[in-house]
Amino acid sequence: MAAPATNPPGSTPIFQRKRQLPFPLDIYQSSIGRKWVMALTGIGLLGFVIVHMIGNLHIYEGPVQLHEYAESLRSLGGGLLPRTLLLWVLRLGLAAMFVLHIHSAYSLKERSRKASDKANFVGGEKKYGSKRDYVAANYASRTMRWTGPIILLYLLFHLADLTWGWWLGADYVLGDPYHNVVASLSNLPVAIIYVVANVALVIHIFHGTWSLFQSLGINNPKYNELRRTLAKLIAGVILVGNLSFPVLVKVGLINDDNRICDVGDVACLEHEAEKH
Amino acid sequence: MSTELNLTLQIWRQDGPLDDGHFETYSAAGISEDMSFLEMLDIVNEGLIQDGKVPIEFDHDCREGICGTCSLMINGQAHGQEKATTTCQLHMRKFNDGETIVVEPFRARAFPVVRDLVVDRSAFDRIIEAGGYISVNTGAASDANLTPVPKEASDTSFDAAACIGCGACVAACPNSAAQLFTSAKLGHLNLIPQGQSQRFERTESMVETMESFFGSCTNHGECHEACPKEISLDFIAFMNRDYVKAKVKNRKLAGQT
Repeated sequence: MAAPATNPPGSTPIFQRKRQLPFPLDIYQSSIGRKWVMALTGIGLLGFVIVHMIGNLHIYEGPVQLHEYAESLRSLGGGLLPRTLLLWVLRLGLAAMFVLHIHSAYSLKERSRKASDKANFVGGEKKYGSKRDYVAANYASRTMRWTGPIILLYLLFHLADLTWGWWLGADYVLGDPYHNVVASLSNLPVAIIYVVANVALVIHIFHGTWSLFQSLGINNPKYNELRRTLAKLIAGVILVGNLSFPVLVKVGLINDDNRICDVGDVACLEHEAEKH
Repeated sequence: MSTELNLTLQIWRQDGPLDDGHFETYSAAGISEDMSFLEMLDIVNEGLIQDGKVPIEFDHDCREGICGTCSLMINGQAHGQEKATTTCQLHMRKFNDGETIVVEPFRARAFPVVRDLVVDRSAFDRIIEAGGYISVNTGAASDANLTPVPKEASDTSFDAAACIGCGACVAACPNSAAQLFTSAKLGHLNLIPQGQSQRFERTESMVETMESFFGSCTNHGECHEACPKEISLDFIAFMNRDYVKAKVKNRKLAGQT
């Protein structure tokens, strides 16, 4: 193969480290290290999604129990730690995992884009001119870069909706999450946003749960088949659990009728919770 | 009695690395179904030469599926749609009479087109240079079986060594990542006793060379489907594990377990 007379694009590296960072930051300089960070933070975030869903199931017990659950999150650590301290540590940890997960994903996408960039002689985003059928890449794996941003936007919406109560206004009652959920999700457009975002979340988790084993190198031909099963199981449980809230509020099975305490009477909720 | 095929070919023509390139349409008439894909291109080229035109350049060498020189993206799939088959071993009987076949070079930024369908895959050589060898002195030839190698380890190592370095994995990858190639070369040496002394040094240096040329793996699995030697994705996981181990390991502790 004769060497081309002029330097063609691609004969030079696309990425070179200017300097090697000290351990363990040097691991994050490499793509494999970033995939590793993406997988570990993914496990953390997946754990949060599962725990969050299980915790939210308290809504089926009623307003008092949901209030009690919310209160016990704030007083995590009991009398040993100041109130909400442990909750804030967890929140900041979660935020840090989010930042790392998103940064590693975005920077790796950029590296991959560079690696195909000058190869796009056909023009546009496509690597090849002919119609391409993906053989192994499934819908979930190809849409990770779309479901990810959807989840981020949904997260901000979800916080503004039920944590900060931006558009519930006077209807938002701090300390009565049951009422807030009912007030928010009985609005059809909001319920649709929750359903769509949770479907995106589940698609993201379906590929992520399978893929994280590969990134971490936890691999054994004996149980490789189980990784798909595990991904389906986790995605399925989250899908059913998370979609049940908007659907059941809309259907009317979760509503503000038949409450022991009046809407917004937080003192009554606390009093009832004491009885447990 | 073999049937004859009449085909329309859309082939990528590009004068040199800096030329823009374009598709050109050719017709291939009277192609025997027993021909290989490359023999079909030979027939088309003979016609072009007789007409005084420049023949289509493509890479080929052994034509028996073991050298890894032939490439070609055929209808959007590396080495065509036939599983575990190189282009030279792909028979024309797999195509239908009257079909239009689109032929393109393997594409990645690290694989610049030299001419037409020929690409420069020397970025793979850079990866091999970084550690795809065993360089410890072994002295005179020892008795056979002096180094015990578990049967399973030698089998798996051999599965990895089946990689012919054709670049189909990179071509098929939406990220232009070379994880399957590099992990096969690493798995080949890292699984057997002979490769242990340089295992972590090799992993670190080959992976980092790979990353300077190629994209990042998103675990689609397209590479395994495109691979003419069906290299397993398990080798990629093995490489990921060894790379992080290599990064965490203190070399002064080498040899201590």
